[in-house]
Amino acid sequence: MHRTGALYGQFKTLEQQKDTASLGMWIFLVTEVMFFGGIMLAYTINRHTYFHAFAMGSNTLSLTLGGFNTVVLLASSFTMAMGVWSAQTGKKDLLKLFLSLTILLGFVFFGVKYVEYAQKFHHHLVPGRSFDITYCVNNPAKCEDMSAEELEVEGKEIEAAVEADPDLNAHAQLYYSAYFGMTGLHALHMVIGAGLLFWLLKNSFAGIYTPEWNTPVDLVGLYWHFVDIVWIYLFPLLYLIDRHK
Amino acid sequence: MAVTPKFPEKHYINQTYGIRSWLLTTDHKRIALLYLVSVTFFFFIGGFFAMMIRLHLLTPDGYLLSADTYNKMFTMHGVAMIFFFLIPSIPAILGNFLIPLMIGAKDLAFPKINLLSWYIYIVGGCFTLYSMVTGGLDTGWTFYTPLSTVYSNSAVAPAVVGVFITGFSSILTGLNFLVTVHTMRAPGMTWFRLPLFVWAHYATSVVMILGTPVVAITLALAGMERLFGLGFFNPAMGGDPILFQHLFWFYSHPAVYIMILPAMGVISELIPTFARKKLFGYHFVAAASLAIAVIGFLVWAHHMFLTGQSTYAALAFSFLTFLVAIPSAVKTFNWTATLFGGSISFDTPMLYAFGFLGLFLVGGLTGLFLGCLGTDIHIHDTYFVVAHFHYIMVGGAVMGYLGGLHFWWPKITGRMYPEWLARIAAFILFVGFNLTFFPQFVLGYLGMPRRYHVYPPEFQVYNVMSTAGASILAVGYLLPMVYLTWAAFYGKVAGDNPWPATGLEWKTPSPPPTENFEVTPVVTWEAYDFHNRPDLGLDEPTGHPGGGVVPAHGHD
Repeated sequence: MHRTGALYGQFKTLEQQKDTASLGMWIFLVTEVMFFGGIMLAYTINRHTYFHAFAMGSNTLSLTLGGFNTVVLLASSFTMAMGVWSAQTGKKDLLKLFLSLTILLGFVFFGVKYVEYAQKFHHHLVPGRSFDITYCVNNPAKCEDMSAEELEVEGKEIEAAVEADPDLNAHAQLYYSAYFGMTGLHALHMVIGAGLLFWLLKNSFAGIYTPEWNTPVDLVGLYWHFVDIVWIYLFPLLYLIDRHK
Repeated sequence: MAVTPKFPEKHYINQTYGIRSWLLTTDHKRIALLYLVSVTFFFFIGGFFAMMIRLHLLTPDGYLLSADTYNKMFTMHGVAMIFFFLIPSIPAILGNFLIPLMIGAKDLAFPKINLLSWYIYIVGGCFTLYSMVTGGLDTGWTFYTPLSTVYSNSAVAPAVVGVFITGFSSILTGLNFLVTVHTMRAPGMTWFRLPLFVWAHYATSVVMILGTPVVAITLALAGMERLFGLGFFNPAMGGDPILFQHLFWFYSHPAVYIMILPAMGVISELIPTFARKKLFGYHFVAAASLAIAVIGFLVWAHHMFLTGQSTYAALAFSFLTFLVAIPSAVKTFNWTATLFGGSISFDTPMLYAFGFLGLFLVGGLTGLFLGCLGTDIHIHDTYFVVAHFHYIMVGGAVMGYLGGLHFWWPKITGRMYPEWLARIAAFILFVGFNLTFFPQFVLGYLGMPRRYHVYPPEFQVYNVMSTAGASILAVGYLLPMVYLTWAAFYGKVAGDNPWPATGLEWKTPSPPPTENFEVTPVVTWEAYDFHNRPDLGLDEPTGHPGGGVVPAHGHD
């Protein structure tokens, strides 16, 4: 189809084009809800069946890192919203700034996630043959990042959990399946989002977004907020199962 | 009316030339043709596997294939036919080509995403073909865990990746259709003037949007379980294989409606055209499409009556299964009522429509036998099930697909197929189909289980009938492929509206120009209204006995 300025040939007006694009993005987000819905169902059923293993697994996550990342993502949603506002009001320099900040915050999130994942690999907390929930308790020398008190608390928790669920080592793997599956898919969505943000940034340096036409900024914004909302669910589901004691 | 139709000089096929102009096209009509070629390719791959199954079952003790190879044959038959033929067939080919034309738009809302969906389909297809040639797949098309995740020694991972990827092509097609129908309709094309083909695709798109992401995450989890050792479906870690079945059927039952709803849409176009009569109960047929899409999401556990689920759950799912039959019955009755008092012609598309009506009736009613808790225990996992869903999928969806392909072939290519050859092919197809699958009802009722590579000798006579039927059926498929291809180049020039039919797609030249309509059409008439349409040239001279429009079979 031929393109006249920002208007593609299959549309009559820019307004029709914008409505169409927004509707498309919202429907896409519906498919995303269904996509994450499947894994959330698997999580819910297993958490209900193996509560002790899930609570035990949840307690091995770092509340500090998870909480920090939540704040980072909320901040990135704010900068994204400011970016959309800048595009709509024609503040081209601010748009570049806010898009860059959003990307930066995204990468901070990735960095923290890397630290968290690496720790789980070192502690043998990845589902599979070498999975061992008692690894750090039995090999304190290999887990230097954990203090003696932390190891003692964890040892007690494991003892109590094994009493409630003798097959803890098997069932805890289901928790880590959920953890890696859900945060992995979320991270994959963030990688795609970061790619889209780089594309917007490149275009914003070319100055193509105007108050009359800034649909891509708007739609990537929607996507980015959706990915943030997924994290708002994941954080309590994975980190806060049994912290209230 | 004795004007010889002229072939347009410029149209979407000769607008531009060269391989790039096809592989980088964003024209929905060209993308439909790309889909036509690739979907036909997979149809014949699936057909090859089907032929191997039928040849193997000619003898009770299975001379032809080893048990392992037999498992791979029926699995790959299912995967190729369901994910790469039935699901994309009508929506991605006919829907892609026709929806913008039918609503008076220049293209779909997102032409580039439309092209992307074809590339995604091809990439997914390549992964699946890779699985087929490097060890095959033997899990059944359903990928049940833990067979697929732990025990199978075949190439499961690439097949799962392939089907996962192809799902996104379906999601994008559905998304494109939904948005297009909402925002791209021509002036005057109100919701209740939309052809029922469009309504059927709207309902199909809803199912694609809501169902396909669920099977995507399910296959992703199963794939990660096989590759990386996640445990949701692995009993050794406390995971639950039944959960996989629930998630899988949450998509795969509605997927049946992705296959049949578009075919119903085609039939809703064929019957009014060749009965030359307004479709009976337009609003009910439109609403029935949506009802099927909604209720279709609430019946999935009827595939799992024998997995030990709660009796009360089974009762509810059985009830809902009976409920989903009602809108299908509404449609069938309305099509039949349209025929009543119509002036019917027996052109090839109409023969397919009649075939659809009869076969879908048998397929639908035997579905109720299976949805009934008591009888399901007896016929679960037997050839009765195989016969039932082939009556729906082949008797319903493929009949609709071929009927539609014949009906719109003059629009797609601008040329007519050889009518008598086509009628003979439709007849061969009908006979071959029934000979192949009716004996399977008997086999299943007598207790022959599906997916076994040997069977007791007393079942041989029915299996021989079925295999004989399959070879007739193969002729019925090859014939249209040959003469439709021939007709695309050498057929008689069709003209804009050879039937004539009432839809907007017939108001533009055949084949249409790239931008579909030279002037955006304004719609002032109701769907399927042969009266008040002087442009169709069907009005009788005033004062003619009977009045109104010329009957389809001409004056007796």
